[in-house]
Amino acid sequence: MDGLAAGPGCGEAPVLRERGQREVFCGLTGIIWLHRKIQDAFFLVVGSRTCAHLLQSAAGVMIFAEPRFATAIIDERDLAGMSDANDELDRVVTRLIERRPDIRMLFLVGSCPSEVIKLDLSRAAQRLSKRFSPAVRVLNYSGSGIETTFTQGEDACLAALVPEMPAEPGSARSLLVVGALAEVVEDQFLRLFAALGVGPVRFLPSRRAAELPAVGPGTRFLLAQPFLAETARLLEGRGAQRLAAPFPLGAEGTTAWLRAAAREWGVDGAKFDAVVAPGQARARAALAQRAELLAGKSIFFFPDSQLEIPLARFLSRECGMVLTEVGTPYLHRQHLAEELAMLPAGITLSEGQHVDRQLDRCRAARPDITVCGLGLANPLEAEGLTTKWAIELVFTPIQGFEQAGDLAELFARPLVRRARLMV
Amino acid sequence: MELAVWTYEGPPHVGAMRIATAMEGVHYVLHAPQGDTYADLLFTMIERRAKRPPVTYTSFQARDLGGDTAELFMEAARDAYARFKPQAMLVGASCTAELIQDDPGGLAKTLGLPVPVVALELPSYQKKENWGAAETFYRLVRACAGPRVARAEGARPRANILGPTALGFRHRDDVVEVTRLLARLGVDVNVVAPMGATPADLARLGEADVNVVLYPETAGVAAAFLQRQHGIPATKTVPIGVGATRDFIAEVAALVGVDAGAVLAEQASRLPWYSRSVDSTYLTGKRVFIFGDATHAIAAARMAAEELGFVVVGLGTYTREYARDVREAAKAHGIEALITDDYLKVEEAIAALRPELVLGTQMERHIAKRLGVPCAVISAPVHVQDFPARYSPQMGFEGANVIFDTWVHPLMMGLEEHLLGMFREDFEFADGAAPSHLGHAPAREAPPEPVAAGPATWAAEAESELRKIPFFVRGKARRNTESFARERGLTTITIETLYDAKAHFSR
Ligand code: SF4
Repeated sequence: MDGLAAGPGCGEAPVLRERGQREVFCGLTGIIWLHRKIQDAFFLVVGSRTCAHLLQSAAGVMIFAEPRFATAIIDERDLAGMSDANDELDRVVTRLIERRPDIRMLFLVGSCPSEVIKLDLSRAAQRLSKRFSPAVRVLNYSGSGIETTFTQGEDACLAALVPEMPAEPGSARSLLVVGALAEVVEDQFLRLFAALGVGPVRFLPSRRAAELPAVGPGTRFLLAQPFLAETARLLEGRGAQRLAAPFPLGAEGTTAWLRAAAREWGVDGAKFDAVVAPGQARARAALAQRAELLAGKSIFFFPDSQLEIPLARFLSRECGMVLTEVGTPYLHRQHLAEELAMLPAGITLSEGQHVDRQLDRCRAARPDITVCGLGLANPLEAEGLTTKWAIELVFTPIQGFEQAGDLAELFARPLVRRARLMV
Repeated sequence: MELAVWTYEGPPHVGAMRIATAMEGVHYVLHAPQGDTYADLLFTMIERRAKRPPVTYTSFQARDLGGDTAELFMEAARDAYARFKPQAMLVGASCTAELIQDDPGGLAKTLGLPVPVVALELPSYQKKENWGAAETFYRLVRACAGPRVARAEGARPRANILGPTALGFRHRDDVVEVTRLLARLGVDVNVVAPMGATPADLARLGEADVNVVLYPETAGVAAAFLQRQHGIPATKTVPIGVGATRDFIAEVAALVGVDAGAVLAEQASRLPWYSRSVDSTYLTGKRVFIFGDATHAIAAARMAAEELGFVVVGLGTYTREYARDVREAAKAHGIEALITDDYLKVEEAIAALRPELVLGTQMERHIAKRLGVPCAVISAPVHVQDFPARYSPQMGFEGANVIFDTWVHPLMMGLEEHLLGMFREDFEFADGAAPSHLGHAPAREAPPEPVAAGPATWAAEAESELRKIPFFVRGKARRNTESFARERGLTTITIETLYDAKAHFSR
């Protein structure tokens, strides 16, 4: 999980490492988007009332159809003896699977309490998998706050899927796009790859857990999200090769990301340019309007999703924004090498968090816009700062050419609002 | 282990946060992992508070375990004191820290901070949010409250208002309303707590003649302590509804020795007249299902029955601490109380009872929406909609006005829409279109009642006769006829069956 283990790469910018109160969600939060993405999977958190409350609060406007996630709340009796807790878990899972015959894959998601009491969820998953196979596969991963920060929950979930992916027979070449994307974005990319003659293209996670893509030495993969360190490591362990690229945010990022695949497939330059030209043109046109508003404005990032560095790159290079501090919960130098190389000099990168000190720095910098979590946004607005909720950047489709304008709009809107309001 | 999809209450440390955040000059150092900071957004986003909750989370990680989590806690507590300079500190553990047993109270003591440090023991694996709030408030009161001060002869009586917290259902406006009510009685407010109070204010609690307990869930324990220890009597009546407000006035007057006659003589609420106005006849006998925290559920049941003429068909609460009171209230309505924190059980009960109005929490609002039943929200857990910009108390006479409007609105909307439904033969109206106040999705049919035998089939002419029955009673007519047919083992429903059933059920 620790990005610092990665070797030195390019873009060796100085980093302010901080330790203190973190104002970031834990990895359980990923369930909110993952359960919608993988449509036949159920996420069962084994945790406390706090974990259940976190999921409910993060889901915001309650998604009130019976959702495909729930919490098995550990109580006093479970804490008394371990064998008891395992029996209880089996009972809860059995009841759940009876209620939801549509479920093909069940994730047991570890939490801080389950980890502290050393409840072995991988053993539980094996045991339950045996019992419910072949109807339901049971996997496990940790979304705990002591092991994972926000989007790392997705990394842990996808990493749990990698060993389940079937082996690709032979060394036939295929492209795997790794990281949850909105379906509309997946379809756009599929059309572009098809036009480029890059394929076959598969996605991890797949829309159905029962249809995981195959992987093998012929697999080339592109990370669609910057927070997938462990998933990438395991894919490499299965012979797949990562195509190094910046992330597909903005016209420039999307072009470079697509180009990494096109190169690997030997697509010639003229063809590549012809295929991406219409998307690029639309993205640039959509950006032009918003860039006018954003150009010259300063921005400060509190750490949240690990998307901060690609976002900062996009906002500085394509929207002309001025970067002050770019905070990120973890900095994976290797996966972000291309991004770091594109950042302007003289910015402050910070990793980890001491929220009170960071608030002091933010107040001193008085940025035109501050990207932060929901716990900080209104208090900062009340102090006269303009904010953008970071979490929206995770829930909204922002990747690819067609979303470049929407992405800039997410930052422009708070500024427009502040300019319009007269009371 | 208990399977939970949605929960009515958070963990007990969130209750403690509701106290700390409501107060001024208090800081809470919570030994907790980073993810627990989600709780901040409840206050900043749902309640739209302009300040961060005064909480420092130690944010320990897996690599700290077994090593220096205790040191981490001490450092966080030391820094928090230096930075925020509170008048009193709360220290405690969240569910995870409870398991690693670092003893925040003991650790904090060794820091020798120059302010009272209140150690909270909130068992996360047994207790919940409201309990945590009550316990925290009680601990703070015990640590800070000074002795009772003898009041001067002939001085104006004084009351403390206890119970309003951050993230409370309409607490902000209830305090204003009850303060006005007390002023009309000639009673001054000494301290309002926890909302807006400092630890120094808590020290003055003894300078009052009575404690007005707005929400027993959060202030009951503290008020009992003040009564026991300092001899300050506490009110028992929660002034929600016209009847309860009048009882409350009489109770306060008796406790402080003033005459309530003049205040009681005023006709201060529009509710009694609105309920008597002939247009309210359609409210009479409406079957309501009520679920919420104990205080609001009990109050709603009394209002529903005595002030709007409804029939209470279901009453329940998720507040186990006050289950006994809710059971008693239910008995008065001739029903059995539903005590549960499993919203699926509540959904089952609503589906089975088929009420015409649901008074509940946001959970019941969603359930009711899915079943196509009108609903009004009467209790926490709160949602951003429960913090309206306008003044909208639940307590006192104005509160009764607000409640009348809130409850009648969904019914009236429903009636209007359903009247439109009667003109379904007109080309503008598509039959089966759901009333628009229930959202744009078609109303889902309530789950069918348990079928004893195979359902009878409708003969074509009976079916078309059924369609002539006004839309808003048609569903009921269909169900009644089918169950009538089933009981009699009929396989075909004719026009005769339809009218036989009507006669049977209208007895
Ligand atoms: S930080 Fe840990 S205890 Fe808190 S919600 Fe996340 S997993 Fe649960």
